[in-house]
Amino acid sequence: MSATRTPPRAARRERLVGRLATLGPGLGYLTVFMLVPLALVLGYTLFHRGRFGGIVYEASADNYTRVADGLYLGVIWTSVKIAGITTLLALLLGYPTAYLIAQLPRAWRTVALVLVVLPFWTNFLIRTYAWIILLNSEGIINRALTGLGIIQRPLELLYTQGAVVGGLLYAYLPLMVLPLYSAIERLDPQLREASANLGARPARTFWSVTLPLTLPGALTGCVFVFVPSLGNFVIPELLGGGRTVMVGNLIRDQFLKARDWPFGSTLALIVIALLVLLLMAQAWAARRLTDGTDRA
Amino acid sequence: MLLFSSSRRAAGPAIIAAGLVLAMTACGGGGADGRAAGPDTLDPNADLSKQKLTVSNWDGYMPEDLPEKFKAAKGPTVTVTKHATNEEIMAKLTAGGDSHIDVAFVSGQFAQALNEQGLLEPIHADLVPNLKNLYPEAGQLAFDKGNKFSVPYTWGTTGLCYRTDLTGYTPDSWEDLLTPKPQLAKKVTMMATERWLMLPAEKSLGFSANTTDAKQLEQVKQKLLAAKKTLLAYDDTTFGDRLKSGEAALVEAWDGWCPTDDPKIKFVVPKEGSDLWVDTMVILKTSKNKEAAHAFINYILDADNHSWAADNILYKVPNAAAMAKVDAKVLETHPQLKMAPADLLKNEVPVDLGDAAPTYTRIATEVSAG
Repeated sequence: MSATRTPPRAARRERLVGRLATLGPGLGYLTVFMLVPLALVLGYTLFHRGRFGGIVYEASADNYTRVADGLYLGVIWTSVKIAGITTLLALLLGYPTAYLIAQLPRAWRTVALVLVVLPFWTNFLIRTYAWIILLNSEGIINRALTGLGIIQRPLELLYTQGAVVGGLLYAYLPLMVLPLYSAIERLDPQLREASANLGARPARTFWSVTLPLTLPGALTGCVFVFVPSLGNFVIPELLGGGRTVMVGNLIRDQFLKARDWPFGSTLALIVIALLVLLLMAQAWAARRLTDGTDRA
Repeated sequence: MLLFSSSRRAAGPAIIAAGLVLAMTACGGGGADGRAAGPDTLDPNADLSKQKLTVSNWDGYMPEDLPEKFKAAKGPTVTVTKHATNEEIMAKLTAGGDSHIDVAFVSGQFAQALNEQGLLEPIHADLVPNLKNLYPEAGQLAFDKGNKFSVPYTWGTTGLCYRTDLTGYTPDSWEDLLTPKPQLAKKVTMMATERWLMLPAEKSLGFSANTTDAKQLEQVKQKLLAAKKTLLAYDDTTFGDRLKSGEAALVEAWDGWCPTDDPKIKFVVPKEGSDLWVDTMVILKTSKNKEAAHAFINYILDADNHSWAADNILYKVPNAAAMAKVDAKVLETHPQLKMAPADLLKNEVPVDLGDAAPTYTRIATEVSAG
């Protein structure tokens, strides 16, 4: 051991310097760009808006009682619901996609993965506007369908909650496919062979071997989809036609329109709290799922 | 107000801030014209080439080459910063301390709110001789009668913009939007910004566009919730395109945004009346270049410069001399530009809602979430 050769104190100092050098930049970054803003958000929630906007520094818990109002809880519930449905659909669509990609020959896998992330090369807003052009009542799809005589009146494809879910699903599906792919791809093929050798049919192998072992990847994917869906405000506005309000819109409007930073901060803090709970649940579930496997 | 402006810089401690609020309430209407601290004494013969201006305006709201031309003509260097919304520039101007902005373009009710906070320099009329170009009506705007602290830059109204071939009749009422005929269901859009979201229902019910009465606002909310069922979308920006594509047949629109250059599209101010919105120019009290700021406003009010806004943004300008110079072709394709100032003034000027502002925000949220 090196500790026997160098004096212990010098070694400790060396180790400390080494740690600071490696951890310092990261910690500094987190402190400045995460802890301080979070502390500000937390601080603002205790004050209230002045008559002309701005912040009046009189401490009270008014913002919290205001959130408890049915209106805002309703918006949060709608957001959780929309994000939840989006996540579920993403899982149902993403799992088979990731599974199939993992079965492809190695060269084709890369091609498939590039295709999955390809949409990210185009600006998110432009892709969302493209949906409007496709789906609106005078859009390409409706025109084609009425032109072919399949429908008489244009379908109402836009400006509904369904359109919002569709837009979110489209935007975040790759975030489900990628972690799932990495979980499925990592799976030792011998485990499945063993299952088959022991007489399990493919369906049984899937339910008893593949699925449980890839669930942590699925959970990661779910978090990756749920979190940005919950906070999104562009899609409800563009594809929802402003007829659906999600908590992201509410927060944006409090900051940019109502100039009520304290209340906007309170809403933001509640969303953060929800997401922290979710991440804790995910970490706990992932640990439970991997416990008892022979990973150790 | 002196106490107010000097303590603004120490915005942190709770006690001072609380005192601030008291001071503001105490000043109330008394300090409302912002003169408590007294206007600066300005030198009409100041050497403008030594002054530098920072002007904050909406993108594309004045000619790109205006700063160069102004420098060539009058001397001061102008830096233009841009804001996307009134709220954005308000946040900058009210953050405390010196925003280093000399001249800002804001809507009338926001100019009023800035002035009530004592942040504006009164307009020194003697330094703005081109004020004579303005229509007399431009001095009768509810948020600032007599143009004491703001100079109107553009003004207009809000109405119905529609496709004659798709409506099949001539709409003339806010009810055409709120309770559309069956063939127009899901073919109408309203604006999402709260004052304009509320306007059609307020006017249709015969209320003021500035009402703060709780019972009236409840009726407005119910009407808007009912109207949501037949609405295609809330839209502040792309309603003109929706009309052109035929996705919408009838939309709530600002006069200057209604694409009447398309012969099938027409604009009408509903019979129940509408608003008279005004975008103004104001000079900040913190400005150290107030002579140049006045010269800048005066330069804008020059007929040739001011008519640019009507020709290019298609907004009316409250400047008689400038309106006389507007391109005849533009007037023909955009007849809304020809509305007489007296007719425009029959509509209601939005004023700052003060303590009722959060109520409007809440109703807007209830309607869009409902």
